[in-house]
Amino acid sequence: MSARAFRRQLVSRAMTALVVVLSLIAVLALVVILGDLVVKGASSIDWAFFTKSPVPAGQAGGGVANAIVGTAIVVGMAALIGVPIGVGGGMYLAEYGSGRLGFLVRFIADVLNGTPSIVVGVVAWTFIVKPTHRFSALAGSIALAILMIPMLARTTEEMVRLVPNSLREAALALGYARWRTSIKVVARTALGGIVTGCLVGIARVAGETAPLLFTALGNLNFTLSVTQPMQTLSLQIYVYATGPFDEWHRLAWASALVLMGLVLVISLTARWVTRQRYGRVR
Amino acid sequence: MVASANTRLRLETVRLTALFGHHRAVRDVSLLFPAHTVTAIIGPSGCGKSTLLRCLNRMHELTPDATVVGEVLLDNVNVYARDVNPIELRRRIGMVFQQPTPFPTMSIYDNVAAGLRVNGKRPRREMDEDVERALRQAALWDEVKDRLRTSALALSGGQQQRLCIARAVAPQPEILLLDEPTASLDPAGTQRIEELCHLLKRLYTIVIVTHNMQQAARVSDYTAFMYLGNLVEVGRTNELFTKPKVEQTEAYITGRFG
Repeated sequence: MSARAFRRQLVSRAMTALVVVLSLIAVLALVVILGDLVVKGASSIDWAFFTKSPVPAGQAGGGVANAIVGTAIVVGMAALIGVPIGVGGGMYLAEYGSGRLGFLVRFIADVLNGTPSIVVGVVAWTFIVKPTHRFSALAGSIALAILMIPMLARTTEEMVRLVPNSLREAALALGYARWRTSIKVVARTALGGIVTGCLVGIARVAGETAPLLFTALGNLNFTLSVTQPMQTLSLQIYVYATGPFDEWHRLAWASALVLMGLVLVISLTARWVTRQRYGRVR
Repeated sequence: MVASANTRLRLETVRLTALFGHHRAVRDVSLLFPAHTVTAIIGPSGCGKSTLLRCLNRMHELTPDATVVGEVLLDNVNVYARDVNPIELRRRIGMVFQQPTPFPTMSIYDNVAAGLRVNGKRPRREMDEDVERALRQAALWDEVKDRLRTSALALSGGQQQRLCIARAVAPQPEILLLDEPTASLDPAGTQRIEELCHLLKRLYTIVIVTHNMQQAARVSDYTAFMYLGNLVEVGRTNELFTKPKVEQTEAYITGRFG
Protein backbone atom coordinates (compact mmCIF):
# COMPACT_ATOMS: atom_id res chain seq x y z
CA MET A 1 0.00 0.00 0.00
CA SER A 2 1.37 3.39 -0.92
CA ALA A 3 1.94 6.02 1.72
CA ARG A 4 -0.82 8.18 0.34
CA ALA A 5 -3.40 5.40 0.39
CA PHE A 6 -2.33 4.54 3.93
CA ARG A 7 -2.77 8.15 5.00
CA ARG A 8 -6.20 8.31 3.40
CA GLN A 9 -7.33 5.21 5.18
CA LEU A 10 -6.01 6.56 8.46
CA VAL A 11 -7.86 9.85 8.06
CA SER A 12 -11.02 7.99 7.04
CA ARG A 13 -10.87 5.81 10.15
CA ALA A 14 -10.17 8.79 12.40
CA MET A 15 -13.10 10.77 11.01
CA THR A 16 -15.44 7.79 11.33
CA ALA A 17 -14.37 7.35 14.95
CA LEU A 18 -14.91 11.04 15.59
CA VAL A 19 -18.49 11.08 14.29
CA VAL A 20 -19.32 7.89 16.18
CA VAL A 21 -18.09 9.47 19.43
CA LEU A 22 -20.05 12.68 18.76
CA SER A 23 -23.20 10.69 17.99
CA LEU A 24 -22.79 8.77 21.23
CA ILE A 25 -22.49 12.01 23.18
CA ALA A 26 -25.70 13.24 21.55
CA VAL A 27 -27.52 10.02 22.41
CA LEU A 28 -26.00 10.03 25.90
CA ALA A 29 -28.14 13.01 26.91
CA LEU A 30 -31.30 11.06 26.15
CA VAL A 31 -30.02 7.96 27.90
CA VAL A 32 -29.06 9.93 31.03
CA ILE A 33 -32.40 11.74 31.20
CA LEU A 34 -34.41 8.60 30.57
CA GLY A 35 -32.31 6.58 33.00
CA ASP A 36 -32.62 9.22 35.71
CA LEU A 37 -36.38 9.33 35.23
CA VAL A 38 -36.71 5.58 35.45
CA VAL A 39 -34.52 5.39 38.58
CA LYS A 40 -36.32 8.17 40.40
CA GLY A 41 -39.82 7.82 38.99
CA ALA A 42 -40.52 4.17 38.25
CA SER A 43 -40.89 3.17 41.90
CA SER A 44 -43.73 5.67 42.37
CA ILE A 45 -45.73 4.38 39.46
CA ASP A 46 -48.46 2.03 40.57
CA TRP A 47 -52.13 1.52 39.80
CA ALA A 48 -53.21 4.41 42.02
CA PHE A 49 -50.86 6.73 40.16
CA PHE A 50 -52.93 6.31 37.00
CA THR A 51 -56.37 6.08 38.62
CA LYS A 52 -56.43 8.52 41.57
CA SER A 53 -56.38 12.27 41.72
CA PRO A 54 -53.95 14.09 44.00
CA VAL A 55 -54.56 14.02 47.73
CA PRO A 56 -54.10 17.11 49.94
CA ALA A 57 -50.51 18.26 50.34
CA GLY A 58 -48.44 16.36 52.86
CA GLN A 59 -50.51 13.18 52.74
CA ALA A 60 -49.14 10.05 51.13
CA GLY A 61 -50.74 8.30 48.17
CA GLY A 62 -52.86 9.75 45.43
CA GLY A 63 -52.10 9.87 41.71
CA VAL A 64 -52.15 12.06 38.67
CA ALA A 65 -55.17 10.71 36.82
CA ASN A 66 -56.46 14.27 36.45
CA ALA A 67 -53.22 15.34 34.77
CA ILE A 68 -53.08 12.37 32.42
CA VAL A 69 -56.67 12.84 31.29
CA GLY A 70 -56.09 16.60 31.18
CA THR A 71 -53.04 16.20 28.94
CA ALA A 72 -55.04 14.01 26.59
CA ILE A 73 -57.88 16.55 26.43
CA VAL A 74 -55.77 19.70 26.12
CA VAL A 75 -53.37 18.22 23.57
CA GLY A 76 -56.18 16.44 21.74
CA MET A 77 -58.17 19.64 21.32
CA ALA A 78 -55.01 21.48 20.28
CA ALA A 79 -54.50 18.85 17.57
CA LEU A 80 -58.12 19.15 16.45
CA ILE A 81 -57.65 22.88 16.00
CA GLY A 82 -54.04 22.92 14.85
CA VAL A 83 -53.79 19.96 12.45
CA PRO A 84 -56.41 21.08 9.89
CA ILE A 85 -55.13 24.65 9.86
CA GLY A 86 -51.45 23.69 9.87
CA VAL A 87 -51.72 20.97 7.25
CA GLY A 88 -54.07 23.07 5.11
CA GLY A 89 -51.67 25.99 5.33
CA GLY A 90 -48.77 23.75 4.38
CA MET A 91 -50.66 22.40 1.37
CA TYR A 92 -51.37 25.97 0.32
CA LEU A 93 -47.73 26.97 0.69
CA ALA A 94 -46.46 24.03 -1.31
CA GLU A 95 -49.09 23.93 -4.05
CA TYR A 96 -50.15 27.53 -4.51
CA GLY A 97 -47.81 29.59 -2.37
CA SER A 98 -45.44 30.89 -5.03
CA GLY A 99 -46.85 34.44 -5.01
CA ARG A 100 -46.60 37.32 -2.57
CA LEU A 101 -49.22 35.93 -0.20
CA GLY A 102 -47.36 32.63 -0.05
CA PHE A 103 -44.13 34.44 0.73
CA LEU A 104 -45.86 36.41 3.47
CA VAL A 105 -47.49 33.33 5.04
CA ARG A 106 -44.18 31.46 4.95
CA PHE A 107 -42.38 34.36 6.57
CA ILE A 108 -44.99 34.68 9.33
CA ALA A 109 -44.89 30.93 9.94
CA ASP A 110 -41.11 31.09 10.35
CA VAL A 111 -41.35 33.99 12.78
CA LEU A 112 -44.07 32.22 14.73
CA ASN A 113 -41.94 29.07 14.79
CA GLY A 114 -39.19 31.01 16.48
CA THR A 115 -41.47 32.71 19.00
CA PRO A 116 -40.84 31.59 22.60
CA SER A 117 -43.77 29.49 23.75
CA ILE A 118 -44.25 31.62 26.86
CA VAL A 119 -45.03 34.58 24.61
CA VAL A 120 -47.74 32.54 22.93
CA GLY A 121 -49.09 31.80 26.42
CA VAL A 122 -49.22 35.48 27.27
CA VAL A 123 -50.96 36.24 23.99
CA ALA A 124 -53.56 33.55 24.66
CA TRP A 125 -54.03 34.97 28.15
CA THR A 126 -54.54 38.49 26.76
CA PHE A 127 -57.02 37.51 24.09
CA ILE A 128 -58.87 34.60 25.67
CA VAL A 129 -58.39 34.35 29.43
CA LYS A 130 -58.66 38.06 30.20
CA PRO A 131 -61.82 38.80 28.17
CA THR A 132 -63.58 35.65 29.40
CA HIS A 133 -62.40 36.16 33.00
CA ARG A 134 -61.47 32.53 33.43
CA PHE A 135 -58.59 30.16 32.91
CA SER A 136 -59.67 27.19 30.84
CA ALA A 137 -58.48 24.03 29.13
CA LEU A 138 -59.78 25.45 25.88
CA ALA A 139 -57.56 28.51 26.18
CA GLY A 140 -54.62 26.16 26.77
CA SER A 141 -55.51 24.13 23.69
CA ILE A 142 -55.68 27.27 21.58
CA ALA A 143 -52.26 28.36 22.84
CA LEU A 144 -50.81 24.94 21.96
CA ALA A 145 -52.56 25.02 18.57
CA ILE A 146 -50.93 28.37 17.82
CA LEU A 147 -47.56 26.76 18.55
CA MET A 148 -48.41 23.75 16.43
CA ILE A 149 -49.76 25.48 13.33
CA PRO A 150 -46.53 27.03 11.96
CA MET A 151 -44.62 23.83 12.70
CA LEU A 152 -47.13 21.68 10.84
CA ALA A 153 -47.42 24.17 7.99
CA ARG A 154 -43.69 24.10 7.33
CA THR A 155 -43.23 20.34 7.67
CA THR A 156 -46.29 19.69 5.48
CA GLU A 157 -44.90 22.07 2.90
CA GLU A 158 -41.55 20.23 2.90
CA MET A 159 -43.26 16.85 2.55
CA VAL A 160 -45.56 18.01 -0.25
CA ARG A 161 -42.62 19.55 -2.10
CA LEU A 162 -40.98 16.14 -2.17
CA VAL A 163 -43.76 14.85 -4.42
CA PRO A 164 -42.31 14.89 -7.93
CA ASN A 165 -43.86 17.41 -10.29
CA SER A 166 -44.27 14.68 -12.89
CA LEU A 167 -47.08 13.20 -10.75
CA ARG A 168 -48.91 16.53 -10.72
CA GLU A 169 -48.56 16.78 -14.49
CA ALA A 170 -49.75 13.23 -14.97
CA ALA A 171 -52.89 13.97 -12.96
CA LEU A 172 -53.55 17.28 -14.70
CA ALA A 173 -53.07 15.67 -18.11
CA LEU A 174 -55.71 13.15 -17.09
CA GLY A 175 -58.23 15.94 -16.71
CA TYR A 176 -57.88 16.41 -12.97
CA ALA A 177 -58.69 19.88 -11.70
CA ARG A 178 -55.99 21.57 -9.67
CA TRP A 179 -57.70 20.92 -6.32
CA ARG A 180 -58.34 17.29 -7.16
CA THR A 181 -54.71 16.84 -8.13
CA SER A 182 -53.63 18.35 -4.83
CA ILE A 183 -55.87 16.11 -2.74
CA LYS A 184 -56.10 12.82 -4.61
CA VAL A 185 -52.54 12.58 -5.88
CA VAL A 186 -50.19 15.00 -4.14
CA ALA A 187 -51.54 14.88 -0.58
CA ARG A 188 -52.05 11.14 -0.75
CA THR A 189 -48.52 10.59 -1.93
CA ALA A 190 -47.13 12.79 0.85
CA LEU A 191 -49.53 11.45 3.48
CA GLY A 192 -46.97 9.42 5.39
CA GLY A 193 -44.73 12.42 5.76
CA ILE A 194 -47.62 14.69 6.71
CA VAL A 195 -48.85 12.29 9.40
CA THR A 196 -45.33 11.99 10.76
CA GLY A 197 -45.05 15.77 10.88
CA CYS A 198 -48.34 15.99 12.77
CA LEU A 199 -47.29 13.39 15.32
CA VAL A 200 -43.94 15.08 15.89
CA GLY A 201 -45.75 18.41 16.32
CA ILE A 202 -48.21 16.90 18.79
CA ALA A 203 -45.40 15.24 20.73
CA ARG A 204 -43.61 18.57 20.96
CA VAL A 205 -46.53 20.56 22.33
CA ALA A 206 -47.47 17.74 24.72
CA GLY A 207 -44.44 18.67 26.78
CA GLU A 208 -45.07 22.43 26.75
CA THR A 209 -45.56 24.07 30.14
CA ALA A 210 -45.09 27.80 29.74
CA PRO A 211 -48.08 28.53 27.46
CA LEU A 212 -50.34 26.51 29.79
CA LEU A 213 -49.35 28.44 32.92
CA PHE A 214 -51.34 31.41 31.64
CA THR A 215 -54.21 29.46 30.14
CA ALA A 216 -55.09 25.97 31.42
CA LEU A 217 -53.54 27.01 34.76
CA GLY A 218 -53.72 23.61 36.41
CA ASN A 219 -56.25 21.98 38.67
CA LEU A 220 -55.76 19.63 41.60
CA ASN A 221 -59.13 18.03 40.98
CA PHE A 222 -60.32 15.77 38.24
CA THR A 223 -62.39 17.62 35.63
CA LEU A 224 -63.62 17.01 32.11
CA SER A 225 -64.98 20.50 31.61
CA VAL A 226 -62.96 22.34 28.96
CA THR A 227 -64.17 25.72 30.18
CA GLN A 228 -62.58 25.07 33.58
CA PRO A 229 -58.90 25.16 34.54
CA MET A 230 -57.38 21.77 33.81
CA GLN A 231 -54.29 19.93 34.95
CA THR A 232 -51.74 18.55 32.52
CA LEU A 233 -48.66 16.43 33.18
CA SER A 234 -46.34 19.29 32.36
CA LEU A 235 -48.11 21.65 34.77
CA GLN A 236 -48.19 18.93 37.38
CA ILE A 237 -44.44 18.45 37.09
CA TYR A 238 -43.86 22.18 37.33
CA VAL A 239 -45.95 22.58 40.49
CA TYR A 240 -44.80 19.39 42.22
CA ALA A 241 -41.13 19.74 41.40
CA THR A 242 -40.98 23.28 42.78
CA GLY A 243 -43.11 22.43 45.83
CA PRO A 244 -41.76 21.71 49.32
CA PHE A 245 -42.95 18.12 49.88
CA ASP A 246 -40.96 14.94 49.24
CA GLU A 247 -44.16 13.18 48.23
CA TRP A 248 -44.67 15.85 45.54
CA HIS A 249 -41.12 15.44 44.25
CA ARG A 250 -41.71 11.71 44.00
CA LEU A 251 -44.87 12.25 41.96
CA ALA A 252 -43.13 14.84 39.79
CA TRP A 253 -40.47 12.30 38.80
CA ALA A 254 -43.12 9.72 38.03
CA SER A 255 -45.16 12.24 36.02
CA ALA A 256 -42.07 13.20 34.07
CA LEU A 257 -41.46 9.55 33.27
CA VAL A 258 -45.05 9.11 32.09
CA LEU A 259 -44.88 12.26 29.96
CA MET A 260 -41.58 11.16 28.45
CA GLY A 261 -43.06 7.74 27.74
CA LEU A 262 -46.05 9.36 26.09
CA VAL A 263 -43.86 11.48 23.82
CA LEU A 264 -41.74 8.43 23.05
CA VAL A 265 -44.81 6.42 22.05
CA ILE A 266 -46.00 9.22 19.74
CA SER A 267 -42.54 9.52 18.18
CA LEU A 268 -42.28 5.78 17.67
CA THR A 269 -45.71 5.81 16.04
CA ALA A 270 -44.42 8.56 13.76
CA ARG A 271 -41.42 6.45 12.80
CA TRP A 272 -43.66 3.48 12.16
CA VAL A 273 -45.99 5.51 9.95
CA THR A 274 -42.96 6.83 8.08
CA ARG A 275 -41.72 3.34 7.37
CA GLN A 276 -45.15 2.16 6.27
CA ARG A 277 -46.16 4.91 3.89
CA TYR A 278 -43.45 7.42 3.35
CA GLY A 279 -41.12 4.97 1.66
CA ARG A 280 -43.49 5.08 -1.25
CA VAL A 281 -42.61 8.62 -2.22
CA ARG A 282 -40.27 8.37 -5.16
CA MET B 1 -63.69 17.98 -45.57
CA VAL B 2 -62.68 14.73 -47.14
CA ALA B 3 -65.12 11.87 -46.76
CA SER B 4 -62.72 9.08 -45.88
CA ALA B 5 -62.35 8.42 -42.15
CA ASN B 6 -58.60 8.16 -42.49
CA THR B 7 -58.12 11.67 -43.66
CA ARG B 8 -60.91 13.32 -41.70
CA LEU B 9 -59.53 16.39 -40.00
CA ARG B 10 -59.25 16.08 -36.25
CA LEU B 11 -56.42 18.09 -34.88
CA GLU B 12 -54.50 21.00 -36.32
CA THR B 13 -52.31 23.87 -35.18
CA VAL B 14 -52.65 27.21 -36.94
CA ARG B 15 -49.74 29.63 -36.73
CA LEU B 16 -49.03 28.42 -33.24
CA THR B 17 -46.35 30.21 -31.25
CA ALA B 18 -45.50 29.07 -27.72
CA LEU B 19 -43.54 31.33 -25.43
CA PHE B 20 -41.69 31.03 -22.15
CA GLY B 21 -41.61 34.67 -21.10
CA HIS B 22 -40.18 36.31 -24.22
CA HIS B 23 -38.49 33.21 -25.54
CA ARG B 24 -40.35 31.71 -28.49
CA ALA B 25 -39.95 27.97 -28.03
CA VAL B 26 -42.36 27.15 -30.86
CA ARG B 27 -42.53 29.57 -33.78
CA ASP B 28 -45.52 30.00 -36.03
CA VAL B 29 -46.15 26.31 -36.55
CA SER B 30 -49.08 25.17 -38.69
CA LEU B 31 -49.38 21.43 -38.62
CA LEU B 32 -52.17 18.98 -39.32
CA PHE B 33 -52.50 15.67 -37.50
CA PRO B 34 -54.70 13.40 -39.65
CA ALA B 35 -57.16 11.21 -37.78
CA HIS B 36 -56.13 7.64 -36.96
CA THR B 37 -52.55 8.11 -37.93
CA VAL B 38 -49.35 8.35 -35.99
CA THR B 39 -47.59 11.64 -36.45
CA ALA B 40 -44.03 11.80 -35.17
CA ILE B 41 -42.37 15.07 -34.22
CA ILE B 42 -38.61 14.80 -34.43
CA GLY B 43 -35.74 17.20 -33.98
CA PRO B 44 -32.72 17.83 -31.78
CA SER B 45 -33.03 18.58 -28.07
CA GLY B 46 -34.55 21.98 -27.37
CA CYS B 47 -36.15 22.32 -30.78
CA GLY B 48 -39.60 22.82 -29.24
CA LYS B 49 -41.11 19.46 -30.08
CA SER B 50 -42.23 18.69 -26.51
CA THR B 51 -43.51 22.23 -26.08
CA LEU B 52 -45.56 21.88 -29.25
CA LEU B 53 -47.04 18.66 -27.91
CA ARG B 54 -47.89 20.28 -24.59
CA CYS B 55 -49.72 23.06 -26.39
CA LEU B 56 -52.15 20.54 -27.86
CA ASN B 57 -53.74 19.66 -24.51
CA ARG B 58 -53.01 23.03 -22.88
CA MET B 59 -50.38 21.65 -20.55
CA HIS B 60 -47.94 24.31 -21.75
CA GLU B 61 -49.80 27.09 -19.97
CA LEU B 62 -49.29 25.40 -16.59
CA THR B 63 -45.66 26.45 -16.63
CA PRO B 64 -45.24 29.89 -15.01
CA ASP B 65 -44.79 32.63 -17.63
CA ALA B 66 -45.74 30.30 -20.48
CA THR B 67 -48.11 31.70 -23.09
CA VAL B 68 -49.50 30.76 -26.47
CA VAL B 69 -50.29 32.74 -29.60
CA GLY B 70 -52.24 31.23 -32.49
CA GLU B 71 -54.70 28.38 -32.52
CA VAL B 72 -55.03 24.69 -31.89
CA LEU B 73 -58.12 23.38 -33.63
CA LEU B 74 -59.81 20.24 -32.40
CA ASP B 75 -62.71 19.44 -34.71
CA ASN B 76 -62.53 23.05 -35.88
CA VAL B 77 -62.89 24.46 -32.39
CA ASN B 78 -60.01 26.51 -31.09
CA VAL B 79 -59.03 24.86 -27.83
CA TYR B 80 -57.69 28.22 -26.64
CA ALA B 81 -61.09 29.86 -27.07
CA ARG B 82 -62.44 31.48 -23.95
CA ASP B 83 -65.31 29.05 -23.44
CA VAL B 84 -63.14 25.91 -23.65
CA ASN B 85 -62.43 24.41 -20.25
CA PRO B 86 -58.86 23.05 -20.25
CA ILE B 87 -59.79 20.37 -17.71
CA GLU B 88 -62.51 18.98 -19.96
CA LEU B 89 -60.22 19.29 -22.96
CA ARG B 90 -57.58 17.17 -21.26
CA ARG B 91 -60.14 14.42 -20.73
CA ARG B 92 -60.46 14.21 -24.51
CA ILE B 93 -56.68 14.08 -25.01
CA GLY B 94 -54.63 11.43 -23.26
CA MET B 95 -50.96 12.00 -22.54
CA VAL B 96 -48.00 9.81 -21.64
CA PHE B 97 -44.72 11.27 -20.44
CA GLN B 98 -41.01 10.51 -20.76
CA GLN B 99 -40.77 8.90 -17.35
CA PRO B 100 -43.47 6.45 -16.22
CA THR B 101 -45.67 8.28 -13.71
CA PRO B 102 -47.89 5.73 -11.97
CA PHE B 103 -49.57 7.22 -8.90
CA PRO B 104 -47.51 5.67 -6.09
CA THR B 105 -50.31 5.38 -3.53
CA MET B 106 -52.70 3.65 -5.90
CA SER B 107 -53.00 0.04 -6.96
CA ILE B 108 -52.72 -0.99 -10.59
CA TYR B 109 -56.51 -1.01 -10.84
CA ASP B 110 -56.90 2.42 -9.23
CA ASN B 111 -54.27 3.90 -11.50
CA VAL B 112 -56.20 2.84 -14.58
CA ALA B 113 -59.50 3.91 -13.01
CA ALA B 114 -58.11 7.31 -11.94
CA GLY B 115 -59.15 9.07 -15.13
CA LEU B 116 -62.57 7.39 -15.12
CA ARG B 117 -63.40 8.47 -11.59
CA VAL B 118 -63.23 12.19 -12.40
CA ASN B 119 -66.53 11.78 -14.22
CA GLY B 120 -68.33 10.67 -11.08
CA LYS B 121 -69.28 7.35 -9.53
CA ARG B 122 -70.14 4.49 -11.80
CA PRO B 123 -71.33 0.93 -11.27
CA ARG B 124 -68.56 -1.37 -10.20
CA ARG B 125 -69.06 -3.76 -13.11
CA GLU B 126 -68.79 -1.01 -15.71
CA MET B 127 -65.62 0.21 -14.06
CA ASP B 128 -64.14 -3.29 -14.07
CA GLU B 129 -64.89 -3.62 -17.77
CA ASP B 130 -63.34 -0.27 -18.62
CA VAL B 131 -60.21 -1.04 -16.63
CA GLU B 132 -59.84 -4.41 -18.34
CA ARG B 133 -60.39 -2.87 -21.76
CA ALA B 134 -57.77 -0.20 -21.12
CA LEU B 135 -55.25 -2.72 -19.82
CA ARG B 136 -55.86 -4.95 -22.84
CA GLN B 137 -55.35 -2.00 -25.17
CA ALA B 138 -52.04 -1.33 -23.45
CA ALA B 139 -51.10 -5.03 -23.80
CA LEU B 140 -50.68 -5.28 -20.05
CA TRP B 141 -53.78 -7.24 -19.03
CA ASP B 142 -52.24 -10.71 -19.11
CA GLU B 143 -49.31 -9.62 -17.00
CA VAL B 144 -51.29 -7.91 -14.24
CA LYS B 145 -54.76 -9.48 -14.22
CA ASP B 146 -53.94 -11.54 -11.11
CA ARG B 147 -52.54 -8.64 -9.12
CA LEU B 148 -54.73 -5.66 -9.95
CA ARG B 149 -54.90 -4.66 -6.29
CA THR B 150 -51.15 -4.54 -5.74
CA SER B 151 -49.02 -1.42 -5.87
CA ALA B 152 -48.27 -0.06 -9.30
CA LEU B 153 -44.69 0.56 -8.19
CA ALA B 154 -43.97 -3.17 -8.15
CA LEU B 155 -44.12 -3.20 -11.97
CA SER B 156 -41.04 -2.91 -14.16
CA GLY B 157 -40.32 0.36 -15.95
CA GLY B 158 -41.74 -0.91 -19.23
CA GLN B 159 -44.86 -2.24 -17.50
CA GLN B 160 -45.27 1.05 -15.66
CA GLN B 161 -45.16 2.92 -18.95
CA ARG B 162 -47.79 0.63 -20.44
CA LEU B 163 -49.83 1.17 -17.28
CA CYS B 164 -49.62 4.89 -17.97
CA ILE B 165 -50.84 4.24 -21.51
CA ALA B 166 -53.73 2.22 -20.07
CA ARG B 167 -54.51 5.06 -17.68
CA ALA B 168 -54.44 7.55 -20.55
CA VAL B 169 -56.72 5.52 -22.83
CA ALA B 170 -59.16 4.38 -20.12
CA PRO B 171 -61.39 7.48 -20.43
CA GLN B 172 -61.48 6.81 -24.20
CA PRO B 173 -59.86 10.01 -25.40
CA GLU B 174 -59.85 10.97 -29.05
CA ILE B 175 -56.18 11.81 -29.17
CA LEU B 176 -53.14 10.26 -27.55
CA LEU B 177 -50.01 12.36 -26.99
CA LEU B 178 -46.78 10.48 -26.34
CA ASP B 179 -43.85 12.58 -25.12
CA GLU B 180 -40.75 10.45 -25.73
CA PRO B 181 -42.53 7.49 -24.15
CA THR B 182 -39.58 5.12 -24.52
CA ALA B 183 -36.84 7.46 -23.34
CA SER B 184 -36.40 5.56 -20.08
CA LEU B 185 -37.04 2.04 -21.38
CA ASP B 186 -34.81 -0.80 -22.52
CA PRO B 187 -35.02 -2.11 -26.11
CA ALA B 188 -37.63 -4.76 -25.24
CA GLY B 189 -39.86 -2.23 -23.51
CA THR B 190 -39.37 0.18 -26.39
CA GLN B 191 -40.42 -2.43 -28.92
CA ARG B 192 -43.63 -3.19 -27.03
CA ILE B 193 -44.60 0.49 -26.92
CA GLU B 194 -43.89 0.84 -30.63
CA GLU B 195 -46.06 -2.17 -31.41
CA LEU B 196 -48.79 -0.55 -29.34
CA CYS B 197 -48.67 2.57 -31.51
CA HIS B 198 -49.60 0.49 -34.53
CA LEU B 199 -52.53 -1.09 -32.73
CA LEU B 200 -53.79 2.03 -31.00
CA LYS B 201 -53.91 4.28 -34.04
CA ARG B 202 -57.04 2.45 -35.14
CA LEU B 203 -58.71 3.85 -32.02
CA TYR B 204 -56.93 7.14 -31.47
CA THR B 205 -55.09 9.86 -33.31
CA ILE B 206 -51.53 9.60 -32.02
CA VAL B 207 -48.87 12.27 -31.82
CA ILE B 208 -45.47 11.03 -30.67
CA VAL B 209 -42.45 13.14 -29.85
CA THR B 210 -39.16 11.35 -30.18
CA HIS B 211 -35.50 12.17 -30.56
CA ASN B 212 -34.99 8.76 -32.02
CA MET B 213 -35.29 8.91 -35.81
CA GLN B 214 -35.42 5.15 -36.24
CA GLN B 215 -38.38 5.12 -33.91
CA ALA B 216 -40.14 7.81 -35.91
CA ALA B 217 -39.48 5.83 -39.07
CA ARG B 218 -40.83 2.64 -37.52
CA VAL B 219 -44.02 3.88 -35.89
CA SER B 220 -45.28 6.94 -37.74
CA ASP B 221 -47.29 7.64 -40.84
CA TYR B 222 -46.31 11.29 -40.93
CA THR B 223 -43.20 12.96 -39.61
CA ALA B 224 -42.63 16.59 -38.76
CA PHE B 225 -39.08 17.84 -38.37
CA MET B 226 -38.55 20.81 -36.08
CA TYR B 227 -35.46 22.89 -35.56
CA LEU B 228 -35.01 25.91 -33.26
CA GLY B 229 -38.76 26.20 -32.75
CA ASN B 230 -39.56 26.19 -36.46
CA LEU B 231 -41.37 23.50 -38.37
CA VAL B 232 -38.81 22.75 -41.06
CA GLU B 233 -40.56 20.03 -42.99
CA VAL B 234 -43.51 17.69 -42.68
CA GLY B 235 -44.54 14.83 -44.90
CA ARG B 236 -45.29 11.16 -45.15
CA THR B 237 -42.71 9.38 -43.07
CA ASN B 238 -41.31 7.22 -45.87
CA GLU B 239 -40.96 10.25 -48.12
CA LEU B 240 -39.43 12.50 -45.50
CA PHE B 241 -36.81 9.92 -44.64
CA THR B 242 -36.01 8.84 -48.19
CA LYS B 243 -36.21 12.09 -50.13
CA PRO B 244 -36.43 15.10 -47.84
CA LYS B 245 -37.18 18.34 -49.60
CA VAL B 246 -35.25 20.64 -47.28
CA GLU B 247 -31.48 20.59 -46.93
CA GLN B 248 -31.68 20.89 -43.12
CA THR B 249 -33.91 17.83 -42.81
CA GLU B 250 -31.53 15.77 -44.86
CA ALA B 251 -28.62 16.93 -42.76
CA TYR B 252 -30.44 15.89 -39.58
CA ILE B 253 -31.69 12.51 -40.70
CA THR B 254 -28.34 11.57 -42.15
CA GLY B 255 -26.73 12.44 -38.83
CA ARG B 256 -24.71 15.44 -39.95
CA PHE B 257 -26.00 17.48 -37.01
CA GLY B 258 -28.25 17.23 -34.04
